Amino acid sequence: MARMSLDLTVNGERRKVDVDTRTTVLDLLREQLGLTGSKKGCDHGQCGACTVLVAGRRVLGCLVLAVTLEGAEVTTVEGLADGDDLHPVQRAFLDADAFQCGYCTPGQLCSAVGMLREVGEGWPSVVTPPGATVSVSSLGPDEVRERMSGNLCRCGAYVNIVPAVLAARR
Amino acid sequence: MKAFEYERPVGVTEAVALARRAGSRFLGGGTNLVDLMKLGVETPDLLVDLTGLDLAEVLEQPDGALRIGATVRNSDLSANDAVRARYPVLSQALVAGASGQLRNMATVGGNMLQRTRCPYFQDVTKACNKRVPGSGCPARAGEHRNLAILGASEACIATSPSDFAVALAALDAGVTALTTEGEVSLTVSDFFRLPGDEPQRDTNLPPGALVTALTVPRLDWATRSAYRKVRDRASYAFALVSVAAAVDLDGDRVRDVRLALGGVAHAPWRATRAEEALRGGPATEEAFSAALRGELEAAEPLPHNGFKVDLAHNVAVRTLTELTGVPA
Ligand SMILES: Cc1cc2nc3c(=O)[nH]c(=O)nc-3n(C[C@H](O)[C@H](O)[C@H](O)COP(=O)(O)OP(=O)(O)OC[C@H]3O[C@@H](n4cnc5c(N)ncnc54)[C@H](O)[C@@H]3O)c2cc1C
Ligand code: FES
Ligand code: FES
Repeated sequence: MARMSLDLTVNGERRKVDVDTRTTVLDLLREQLGLTGSKKGCDHGQCGACTVLVAGRRVLGCLVLAVTLEGAEVTTVEGLADGDDLHPVQRAFLDADAFQCGYCTPGQLCSAVGMLREVGEGWPSVVTPPGATVSVSSLGPDEVRERMSGNLCRCGAYVNIVPAVLAARR
Repeated sequence: MKAFEYERPVGVTEAVALARRAGSRFLGGGTNLVDLMKLGVETPDLLVDLTGLDLAEVLEQPDGALRIGATVRNSDLSANDAVRARYPVLSQALVAGASGQLRNMATVGGNMLQRTRCPYFQDVTKACNKRVPGSGCPARAGEHRNLAILGASEACIATSPSDFAVALAALDAGVTALTTEGEVSLTVSDFFRLPGDEPQRDTNLPPGALVTALTVPRLDWATRSAYRKVRDRASYAFALVSVAAAVDLDGDRVRDVRLALGGVAHAPWRATRAEEALRGGPATEEAFSAALRGELEAAEPLPHNGFKVDLAHNVAVRTLTELTGVPA
């Protein structure tokens, strides 16, 4: 069994851990660091429940091997709020009642935060008209649906998730 | 999952040397490899992480070509200004694939080398000639709704899953790879192969070769290009059929055209017969339709995937009519 030691930052805190090379970052967070906010839905990249941010970019914790994250900065749903002040995306999900069972919610939240940053950088999506530029302020429901399509919600709370993401743009 | 060692080389020479070790695999974003390791389809002894290599740049070459480093992430390439302006088909193919999270992780090299999504290949309890040569192909008599209609063999009817590769095939892109013996260059058409009686080989890349870059030649008229993909749901699904097209118009005639189909074969399917039929002819829906019918004469659909023949025709005709502004 191959093990490696690893230094990384999780939600602003330096962590030194010893991991089996097979450990995904999702399992590291949940099983070794006690951060159970990130959820395991499919464990195969097909649902988005495990979405976390690495250096501000949204990725799937179930397909990232922890050993690849030496020196990286990881943000999970537990790290979105600033103390007792919820992140605007969290606030918007509460206000819009954007969940039912809540299992997909941590992934939805991290994904929405990463997605809004991508839009801020002008990244196109498959529904962006060719040549058009997107901006956070001009983002519409079709763009949100497409850009959030990597986060499935078994409860079908999409009708409230889309307005929540739109409302969180402020 | 089987235990494995992990190395993160900083130079390509070291990376290809490590790849000579038995049971080694390159790790890009891991979005396909880690999944296949969980499924037991891949059982490497050593992972050679490529993300520490200096291969993450997109460079415009003096001859106008675009050189894309193998570890550039799919999302970064899709948002690249030169790609969006010069090769819309390439940017659109990238954003048509997977999800925002997966595109942030996936490297372009890994995208080219991702394995088929054929359900028998992914299930180690089933026979599969691609996974275990000689074990048989249950897909022909089984679940093959999303498998190949063109260029398949008795041994294998798997399809190539990459959207990006379809656009690269249309653009006549090149693949540069490195082995301990030196550098190898292949066109995308020579890189991918049809299954024949060696379906275990997806590509013609020599064993242990590290893809270092993809080169997209200058093609000024690729500004008029598009990628269109049809899938079972609106997003976050592999293609049933997809089309990459670029057209050079001379008034109402086709001066030149590039056309490739995805989701229909073991490789991106460059529609050379349709291209020839279209070149120099009128840019009309009838001409597009006739050219596609000619191309698809070679199709050998199975009981559950015959719909792909008409679908490929319709999606390609629609893409060409939209690109050329022909009233539908
Ligand atoms: C749920 C889901 C949906 C998806 N939907 C789509 C879709 O719609 N369209 C689409 O195109 N793709 C789709 N994908 C696939 C995804 O795009 C690929 O998994 C990804 O592009 C692979 O890139 P990677 O860097 O993660 O590769 P890895 O998983 O790291 O590697 C894949 C393979 O390539 C080899 N490799 C990697 N880099 C190199 C290199 N430089 N030289 C030589 N060998 C190399 C590895 O050894 C491995 O065998 C989907 C994936 C998932 C999980
Ligand atoms: S648990 Fe990672 S995508 Fe489903
Ligand atoms: S709220 Fe239950 S899965 Fe989304």
